[in-house]
Amino acid sequence: MIPLSWYLIFAAILFCIGLYGVLVRKNAIAILMGIELMLNSVNINLIAFWRYRSPDGIAGQAFAIIVFAVAAAEVAVGLALIISIYRRRSSVVADDMNLMKW
Amino acid sequence: MSTELITWLLPLPPLLAFFMIVLLTNRYKALSHSLAVGAAILSWLGSMVVFFRAIATEHLGTNPFASVLNWLPTGDSWLQIGIRIDPLSAATLFFVAWTVLMIFIYSVGYHNYGQPPGDHDKKGLQPHGAIVADEHGHKHVVPSIEPMYSRFFAFIGLFAFGMYTLVVSDNLLTLFVGWEIMGLCSYLLIGFWYQKPTARAAMIKAFMTTRVGDVFMLLGIAYLYTSVGSLSYSEIFKPETLLRLSETPAIGGFLGLSAAGLMGILLFIGTIGKSAQWPLHVWLPDAMEGPTPVSAMIHAATMVSAGVYMVIRMFPLLQAGSEHGLLTPAMTVMTIIGAFTAIFAATIAVAQNDIKRVLAYSTISQLGYMIAALGIGAYVAAAFHLVTHAFFKALLFLGSGSVIHGVEHGVLHTGEHVDPQDMFNMGGLRKKMPITFWTFLIGGFALSGFPLVTAGFWSKDEILADAFGHGHWVVFIVLALAALLTAFYTMRQITLTFLGEPRTESAHHAKETPWTMTLPLIILAIFAVAIGWAGISESFPVIGGIIPNIVHEFIGGTLAEVPEALPFSIWPLIVSLVVALGGLTLGWLVYRNQKAGAEDPLKIALGPVHSLLKNKYYFDEIYDTILVRPAYWLADNFTNQILDRGIIDGILHFIARVASNVGTIFRNYFDKPVVNGFGDFVGEGVKKVGRNIKVFQTGRVQQYLVMALVLAFGAMFYFVFTFFGQ
Amino acid sequence: MTPEQIIFLIVAVVTLVAGVSVVTSRNLIHSALWLILALFGVAVFYVLLEAGFFAVIQVIVYIGAIAILFIFASMLTRRVMQDTGHQSNKNWWLGALIAFGLLVGITLVLVNWQGFTSLAPVLANQSERLSQLGLALVSPDLYVLPFELASVLLVAAMIGAIFVAGEKKQ
Repeated sequence: MIPLSWYLIFAAILFCIGLYGVLVRKNAIAILMGIELMLNSVNINLIAFWRYRSPDGIAGQAFAIIVFAVAAAEVAVGLALIISIYRRRSSVVADDMNLMKW
Repeated sequence: MSTELITWLLPLPPLLAFFMIVLLTNRYKALSHSLAVGAAILSWLGSMVVFFRAIATEHLGTNPFASVLNWLPTGDSWLQIGIRIDPLSAATLFFVAWTVLMIFIYSVGYHNYGQPPGDHDKKGLQPHGAIVADEHGHKHVVPSIEPMYSRFFAFIGLFAFGMYTLVVSDNLLTLFVGWEIMGLCSYLLIGFWYQKPTARAAMIKAFMTTRVGDVFMLLGIAYLYTSVGSLSYSEIFKPETLLRLSETPAIGGFLGLSAAGLMGILLFIGTIGKSAQWPLHVWLPDAMEGPTPVSAMIHAATMVSAGVYMVIRMFPLLQAGSEHGLLTPAMTVMTIIGAFTAIFAATIAVAQNDIKRVLAYSTISQLGYMIAALGIGAYVAAAFHLVTHAFFKALLFLGSGSVIHGVEHGVLHTGEHVDPQDMFNMGGLRKKMPITFWTFLIGGFALSGFPLVTAGFWSKDEILADAFGHGHWVVFIVLALAALLTAFYTMRQITLTFLGEPRTESAHHAKETPWTMTLPLIILAIFAVAIGWAGISESFPVIGGIIPNIVHEFIGGTLAEVPEALPFSIWPLIVSLVVALGGLTLGWLVYRNQKAGAEDPLKIALGPVHSLLKNKYYFDEIYDTILVRPAYWLADNFTNQILDRGIIDGILHFIARVASNVGTIFRNYFDKPVVNGFGDFVGEGVKKVGRNIKVFQTGRVQQYLVMALVLAFGAMFYFVFTFFGQ
Repeated sequence: MTPEQIIFLIVAVVTLVAGVSVVTSRNLIHSALWLILALFGVAVFYVLLEAGFFAVIQVIVYIGAIAILFIFASMLTRRVMQDTGHQSNKNWWLGALIAFGLLVGITLVLVNWQGFTSLAPVLANQSERLSQLGLALVSPDLYVLPFELASVLLVAAMIGAIFVAGEKKQ
């Protein structure tokens, strides 16, 4: 008998941890890890809501499936970009990638 | 075609010729002279038609050919202009038409039409001749065509327009218009060869001098207009009007004259200027700088005659207020000036060597005759002399032009540097230029008054007879003396020029001039002989009465009452025969053996008096000192330095400085700080803001994310908490 | 406390600790390994939520592929980042603040929502759930479009990744 609130709070905390990671870590790959945490928390939220609010419906599940796919694609491309950047600049520190600086 | 319509159209052909030559045909010499001569022929034709209809009309004086046009609206009436052909204008039209046409034809030959253009000819200078090679390869110089050929015809066309306008007009206004147009053309034509400094000086002198006269004439016209309310002759010469004018005193009681007297004198001053009477005579001898056809037309036949025509026309006004044949003050003034001028100019003519100067002074003298005649009341005699003088003086001038051309031909042939106009370089030309000689002789005899066969005799005799008959002894003696001198200097001129032997090589090689020049001479000579016979007084012994005195009847009819013909008196006839024949003989005797390089015998005889005469009594120098130099001094020092440069330029410079300073103030205190400053402020402001803001753009993703999230979450929670109000 | 709740709490703590370690670990490989643990925890949650299929998907896709990708990428970019220096950048407190602020905000919103403390409804026909999901994903009036688009996305991502990260031929 786990109330919905527990899941939601948990997901929120996980999301915030991921957010912290995105904002704070120097290494670009670590930032991507933070993003993964956030995406996972979102999925937890989706599935929790599906389970507790409309378990007969399919929308929640479908949405979650799509999120999986998108997350995978995004990680693949992101890492490819980071590797490409690393090849050119020999650095993956996010702060060093400031070509768009004024 | 009605006479009135023809009269309206008379001035038109020469005017059209002027415009067409100036605008279109300036480059085409043959076309230009054809236009001009064609126009002169048309006007001549019209004038002849009008004249013959006029003399066929009974009582033309009381009902002339007249036609008026409403021209300017003046309040509730109109200023009208119109034409009027009464006997006086018909007679004038006659001689004007003939002389103008003859002079136009003459000009074609005078300006050497058909000759090649000169080698060094420039516009503004007389042509110098062209070198041609004949069949043997001999090079000699021939006269060259005038470079400004068409311009000449344009100007004389405009001049003819002015004269015709003056003659046919029925009011003083259009008369004055024609008067001034002729003054302008005189200016332009005297200075035709404008690159010559003497010609330039002469053209200005002519215009200025006649202007002095014209100012007074305009005052007279204005005075007349204000008193009468109209300038039309028919209005002015109404008996009531004339009576009123002669009885009202002049403005301000001017010298005790009546209004008519003052008006008459003012108008007469215009004639003094235009007809070169003393003291405004100084321009006419200098006007000989112009080409000879100009001298003939303007300064012999037409323009100077216009002055006399005007006073003859205004005679009723001048005579207004005379009691029983006594002279009014205006007439007295005219008589004195006319008689004085006649003898004054004759004395100067005696000492002149230039062939044209002699004729110029002769013209002044003869005009003096006419004015004196009018002054003593001899209306018909004055008009008659006007007509005859026009013919023989035009003839003499054209003849002199022919002589000059002939001698110039000799000058070009021999290459001598002699003045072709100096009579002392001529001689024996009767053999070389027979037609010129005989026509000149006829003209000279007419001028001297050679009895019976010349027109000048009849007209001059009539003047002397009038003076004698009305008891004006002083005038009679003065005019008789002038006639003596006239005959003397005329014969002097003829003897020196044509008789004896050539005194220079150029005279030896002189040649007769082409038919375009000699034909007008012949025609004018015919008139110089025959026209006098139209005025033979009826009481003349033997021949009087064979032909009625057409002139007296016709021209006399212009006046309200035809003047009565004087009974014949033998004394004036004897006197005029004596002076005429005596003067001619004396002239021939003195000069018949004049040799080349010899002194003028008159110089030896008169000594220092001769130099006084030759220098025209130093009048030019006197005027120069009294009038011209002070005028120049005033113009330069006062008008130029003080008024023009000091005041007017000073005002302008001041305005410019003020404007410049205002502009600078605007620039420095408004434009730069405010306008520029605002623009700069905006630009600098944007740059500064940009510089300060750009630090946000670090290129670092995490910072962007932080900023975005702060804002996004802030906004989101704000909305969530306010709109879903917990 | 029911056994479910206890399991929930334990797994939650583990997952959260793992998560914290992901974002604070100095060594990148350690971070990746902690990430694997966190993902496992999430998979357990899926099981607790009776979405077993998702648990399996989670393990296969996330842990089996994505986490491995992370490890590979770390190994490929190893030269520079040799476990030296701080792993967090200068203004980490700002990040912490934001994250914490977000947490507080979300909590406040959730607390004021009436469905917050609802309990799980009973599930019916469990056995057909998976086939229902599969049908929903390929049924034209349901979710075939997002499904196909997702597949296109994956293809594009794959091609893109190969292109971007591939070695340029000299």
